Amino acid sequence: MSTDSAPAPQSGVAEDLQQGPRVAVSALVTNLREYGLVLALIAIMLFFQFTTSGTLFKPLNLSNLVQQNSFIIVMALGMLLVIVSGHIDLSVGSVAGFIGALAANMMVTWHLGPLSNPLVVSIICLVIGGCIGAAQGYWIAYHRIPSFIVTLAGMLIFRGMCQALLGGGSSVGPLPDVFNKLSSGFIPDVIGTLTLIAPTVNAAGKTIVGSGLTLHMTTVVIGIVGVLAYAYFGLTARRNRERHGYEAEPFTLFAVKTMVVSALMLFLVYQFATYKGMPVVLLVMAVLIALFVFVTKRMTIGRRIYAMGGNAKAALLSGIKTDRLTLMVFVNMGVLSALGGLIIAARLGQAVPAAGLGSELDVIAAVFIGGASAMGGVGQVIGSVVGGFIMGVMNNGMSIMGVNVDWQQVVKGLVLLGAVIFDVYNKNKA
Amino acid sequence: MTSTILEMRDITKTFPGVKALSNVNLRVEEGEIHAVVGENGAGKSTLMKVLSGVYPSGTYDGEIIYRGQECHFKGIHDSEHLGIVIIHQELALVPMLSITENIFLGNEHATYGIIDWNANEKRTSALLKKVGLKEDPKTLITNIGVGKQQLVEIAKALSKEVKLLILDEPTASLSEKDSQALLDLLLEFKRQGITSILISHKLNEVNRVADKVTIIRDGRTIETLDKKDISEDRIITSMVGRSLDDRFPPREPEIGEIVLEVKNWSVYHPIHPERQVIKGIDIDVRKGEVVGIAGLMGAGRTEFAMSLFGRSYGRRVTGDVLLNGKPIDISSVSKAVEHGIAYVTEDRKTYGLNLIDHIKHNITLANLPGVSRHSVIDDMRELSVANDYRGRTNIRASSVYQMTGNLSGGNQQKVVLSKWLFANPEVLILDEPTRGIDVGAKYEIYTIIARLASEGKAIIVISSEMPELLGITDRIYVMNEGRIVGEMAASDASQEKIMRAIVRGEGKAS
Repeated sequence: MSTDSAPAPQSGVAEDLQQGPRVAVSALVTNLREYGLVLALIAIMLFFQFTTSGTLFKPLNLSNLVQQNSFIIVMALGMLLVIVSGHIDLSVGSVAGFIGALAANMMVTWHLGPLSNPLVVSIICLVIGGCIGAAQGYWIAYHRIPSFIVTLAGMLIFRGMCQALLGGGSSVGPLPDVFNKLSSGFIPDVIGTLTLIAPTVNAAGKTIVGSGLTLHMTTVVIGIVGVLAYAYFGLTARRNRERHGYEAEPFTLFAVKTMVVSALMLFLVYQFATYKGMPVVLLVMAVLIALFVFVTKRMTIGRRIYAMGGNAKAALLSGIKTDRLTLMVFVNMGVLSALGGLIIAARLGQAVPAAGLGSELDVIAAVFIGGASAMGGVGQVIGSVVGGFIMGVMNNGMSIMGVNVDWQQVVKGLVLLGAVIFDVYNKNKA
Repeated sequence: MTSTILEMRDITKTFPGVKALSNVNLRVEEGEIHAVVGENGAGKSTLMKVLSGVYPSGTYDGEIIYRGQECHFKGIHDSEHLGIVIIHQELALVPMLSITENIFLGNEHATYGIIDWNANEKRTSALLKKVGLKEDPKTLITNIGVGKQQLVEIAKALSKEVKLLILDEPTASLSEKDSQALLDLLLEFKRQGITSILISHKLNEVNRVADKVTIIRDGRTIETLDKKDISEDRIITSMVGRSLDDRFPPREPEIGEIVLEVKNWSVYHPIHPERQVIKGIDIDVRKGEVVGIAGLMGAGRTEFAMSLFGRSYGRRVTGDVLLNGKPIDISSVSKAVEHGIAYVTEDRKTYGLNLIDHIKHNITLANLPGVSRHSVIDDMRELSVANDYRGRTNIRASSVYQMTGNLSGGNQQKVVLSKWLFANPEVLILDEPTRGIDVGAKYEIYTIIARLASEGKAIIVISSEMPELLGITDRIYVMNEGRIVGEMAASDASQEKIMRAIVRGEGKAS
């Protein structure tokens, strides 16, 4: 060794210096699944940013991306719980379509007076979604009918009812503008814009659209508060663990992870702020994601769902009411399917018979790409969200590149298969 | 005049950490009924699995000589080919197929893969006649009772031109009448020249049909008795003859008032609604007392405990439960847990643990409100609880974040115990608490049990290991065929006494 001649203390210092990154790398390897997914998303985004000559990260396109995929992600939150509890729900696309048709009819064709108010309609639709989930969950939870069969029936029933409500092949619309804001709207700028570079004014005294640089300050503030909250909670949790004398991940890794995620969030927020601001649906989605992370990580009901999926018999013998819990998981799925349906209808500005058609498969794929196990008991909210975005970015990027829709499906299929093979390989290696 | 059909010489079989068989010898003469008896876990079934090739040649030491030739069976197929057929305790029939389909499963009369059902059914009818079963060959297995299913298994064995028939506890789940019919059939086969090995711990049956008895204890052959020497007393002494050394922690019981009282508890089988599994049991446990339930496999002990624990087993559960003198409703597991009753299962992998989750989450599962406020789990509180119980029960793991699926049996058992200790029950039912764990871990479990009793808990221990019951309990109930057939103070009990109660009870119960 070349360091042989060096004095002992010095070599010790050198080793200490090397220790940090080495520990970080080993922790990175052990948590490859968790970090790998985020890294994969970043890699895919950079790939398409390059192949689309920078179109992917254009503010307009980012807004589109979020608006096109939000309903998949919203439904994936419910699907994660369904899959973790050891079940599957094939009906979510049809339920979304049915709820969209119902909402459109209530607002546009049926003239229900105050009941046609978009907000009232939305609430009624979420309740009906919950009832649909309860109706399906009842047979699964209390009569032990396999969820695959019950929800396959639901998929046929609600697709049929969706088409019936729309009177055959026609669509119902246009929907009220205030309703459409749910999907295509942006949050109002209550603080006001900040002009960094004044827009160029042409000879006629009009500003040229797209010139100059103004920031949507409400979006910026929400973004900064979000990033600070993320860093704060990460740091307190870490400090709390250390105070109780339990090992936490290496600080280097923690710092790098927090900085990468924060930078990504700030970059996206900046892009939105230079355009029309944060899409309403992104805010809805972010709140829901935070809620579901909390429920699955911190609440007893979340813990019980994982235990039930891991070993239903042991959970039952530990005093967990597995029947009722299964029912609740499906009620939750129904409500989120309904929300997904409202988001689809709001984006299109009308209800169409094909709304949500086939989306159950995208939702399920997102959850599996996110690392959930088909056997139940394993899966993370963040994983499913990232999985959903991976699917969304690939759809979007390949469309911009002009890849044929047929081949897009082939690529998505390969990615799903690859992600699951990677998982199984990792598990066997451990 | 008689020739030896089978000789097993110096069979030694080791599992990781356990010597299941050590130098076992078995010699069976052509045309006899040879009984093999021993306690649960003595090694009877392991020996038969060696013989039939379930454990292939090379995984054990010793020789098998069958009809004068040394055999190296690589699998069941090899031994069946030579006419050695084993019928296991758990029947290997496909419920939704017919009798014919089951008998010829994997062995169908077919030309180019096309089955000739007429030929198969004709042969089935002939076989069923031989075993005295009057059923249409087209009848589905699920529609006939256990006794008849056993006969179908035997008919299946006959279809393979059996020379040596091995029956592992064939009457364990049969009624008295079906058992008699089966034993008569064995005697009939004997006249036809078929040799049988009968594994049983029902000594009255052994007495009735066996020509010779080989007794196995702790993986060793103790002795082989000829017909003239066979007596229940002699067999019992050989079966249990070992001394109790200091394998149990000392304890001084302080027994208080009656905590749990069960009266006239009856349960029916969940699938065969006409079969009564538990027949009017009365038991009680006092504060600080350790009560044992002894009995053989299939006596209904687990069924009793699980039916008591929130009706987790059986249907038409009837009877009264009193806790500290007051009747309580424990018709669901959560109600039982709320009343301070805990059941630690005998099958920790299936019923006790979430194997894909870590120790911490498993320990708090039965008492999540204990680590949470307003349904929000306090992560730090949970962690300290998990570490606390890890220390108390001495769970050996790298941290409480180790998956329970990667732990040894003894440590898994300690996790299950910790889970229930954290639920802070008044009454703790432990079902085979030391099954499949090594001696050192057993001692630790006994220590925990003793400590819990001294803390004033009422404890029921179900065990098939009689020395264990004698070593750690204060009072023992003996159970057989769904009834309590004996009750004795542990100080007054002995293995012989327990075995006698079981064997005597056998004749009474029908």
